[in-house]
Amino acid sequence: MLSFVVRRLAVAIPTLLILVVLSFILMYAAPGGPFNSERPLPPEVLANIEAKYGLDQPFWKQILNYVVSVVTQFDFGPSFQYKDRSVNDIIAQGFPVTLTYGFWSFVVAVTVGVSLGIAAAIKQNTWIDYFAVGISIGAQVLPNFVMAPILLLIFTLWLGWLPGGGWNGGQWQFLIMPVIALSTSYMASIARITRSSMLEVLNTNFIRTAQAKGLPMRRVIWKHAMKPTILPVLSYLGPAFVGMITGSVIIDVFFSTGGIGQFFVNSAFNRDYSVIMGITILVGALTIMFNLVVDILYAWIDPKIRY
Amino acid sequence: MFPNRAAVEGVADQMQLAEVKGRSLWADARTRFFRNRAAVVSLLMLACVAAFALFGGAFAQYEPDFVDFSLIGSNAYLGVPSIETGHYFGTDSNGRDLFARTVQGTGISLMVGVVGALVAVIVGTLYGATAGYYGGRVDGIMMRIVDVLMSIPFMFVLILMLVIFGRSIFMLFLGIGLISWLDMARIARGQTLTIKNKEFVEVAVATGVRPSKIILRHIVPNLLGIVIVYATLLVPNMIIFESFISFLGLGVQEPATSLGALINEGSRTMQFGFMWQISFPLFFFVVTIFAFFFVGDGLRDALDPKDR
Repeated sequence: MLSFVVRRLAVAIPTLLILVVLSFILMYAAPGGPFNSERPLPPEVLANIEAKYGLDQPFWKQILNYVVSVVTQFDFGPSFQYKDRSVNDIIAQGFPVTLTYGFWSFVVAVTVGVSLGIAAAIKQNTWIDYFAVGISIGAQVLPNFVMAPILLLIFTLWLGWLPGGGWNGGQWQFLIMPVIALSTSYMASIARITRSSMLEVLNTNFIRTAQAKGLPMRRVIWKHAMKPTILPVLSYLGPAFVGMITGSVIIDVFFSTGGIGQFFVNSAFNRDYSVIMGITILVGALTIMFNLVVDILYAWIDPKIRY
Repeated sequence: MFPNRAAVEGVADQMQLAEVKGRSLWADARTRFFRNRAAVVSLLMLACVAAFALFGGAFAQYEPDFVDFSLIGSNAYLGVPSIETGHYFGTDSNGRDLFARTVQGTGISLMVGVVGALVAVIVGTLYGATAGYYGGRVDGIMMRIVDVLMSIPFMFVLILMLVIFGRSIFMLFLGIGLISWLDMARIARGQTLTIKNKEFVEVAVATGVRPSKIILRHIVPNLLGIVIVYATLLVPNMIIFESFISFLGLGVQEPATSLGALINEGSRTMQFGFMWQISFPLFFFVVTIFAFFFVGDGLRDALDPKDR
């Protein structure tokens, strides 16, 4: 187990480094910069600015400085667009918001998805099954950028039940629509995976043995079928989590929640490279960490699995 | 014992006949696929959508980038969908014909999906088959590279690329191509591992066929079943992906458009009651994605070895 964790870490760390270097090279290769305005700056001013941001140094030195400061101090440098703020400030402001609705979406997607999938599998070919399959197909073709305007139309414009946007410290009324919009398609995928996995498990010999011994169905499902059913779901959770963080971009645009997604889009249009890089690296680090946790959980639940 | 001897002999004849004809794996899968009603209907719908994208332009009364200035300011009642004005789907908020734009958008979205899937099929299959066939250290290194690339949030990298190198359809294809083959490589490798120990591969090795030829002639064709299934499931994902990017305003460049960009525009005006501006692109988007999912599911059922 320990050697497995060590080996996974040994992949995770270079991955993160590659991501940092890759995004830096992309940024360096960018034609035109944040300081190329329509009215060209006097050369001495430009030189001053470049010196301030360390842009006058040779490439290898810049990249080394960047990597070192990111790795040792988690310092992503200053923002190019907001002159008085650092990338860290921006992340500190937006990230808690993203994490809050991301967390709730994750909880909703997993609990609803797994229970729907199990219910569908146990009651296969009944109306519950058709209902669950119908929902999961419907939700899969409606990605969050389609869900969000539809929700807004129904709940804010027609019914007037929920506020159309804003965050307000994360009050529940402001959370409902972002969480629904973000979680539905993942919920649907989780329900599908759970259903097919459960059906497969229920057809195996050890379940038949348990049933033949006269165990009540409830016990068979919880004690015996649950663990193998959940494994494929677990491996889906890594990408799902990433998708939810990425989906933050859409949620912030629609519901003006003020998460990192909003800053990401704004910086993308304003060529605020340091902010884009900072957020990309942050999301990358989270992705890698989350996949690591999932893999370790996987190996812990099923000792037969060794990578 | 045999009350109806003729009938029994008839069955025997049929069985012989079936044996003589022989049923290939593909023919078998084909009959199974065509028995799946949802999949067949979806296939027809896909054909309709593709026809709409290819030939719909011929029925459009306006060019997709033609701005009808007579409508400016009165879009709400003059831009509504109607046969008489020739704006079958109404106009968008800039007074352009939505029918022509939907045709164009559907075409671009389909193309993105198919190109992404093609890259995945070609690169992913070859990569995976090579890794699986050689095994050992080559496999280890090749699959670690895939692992590393997989843990990078490519959505963000693609946005970074589009911002830095400018929006272009080439960049979009490049970015989607970069992402799409990773899963395929894993799947192809897994399948290759089971195929490479089969007798026909061993025979090929024993008779001295070169590894590259074994991979191309013997392994890849046997991977095709699962690869095709996966590719059909990949197409809708690619379309959704591109729509997401276009939705952010980073995808295809105006005046060209895609379904995602159209949905984006429509979603901005629906609060003013211009429902047609979102509903027509959304309809084609949903139908296309739905159909691809069902065709993929149908193919999976038809080609799944467990069902045989």
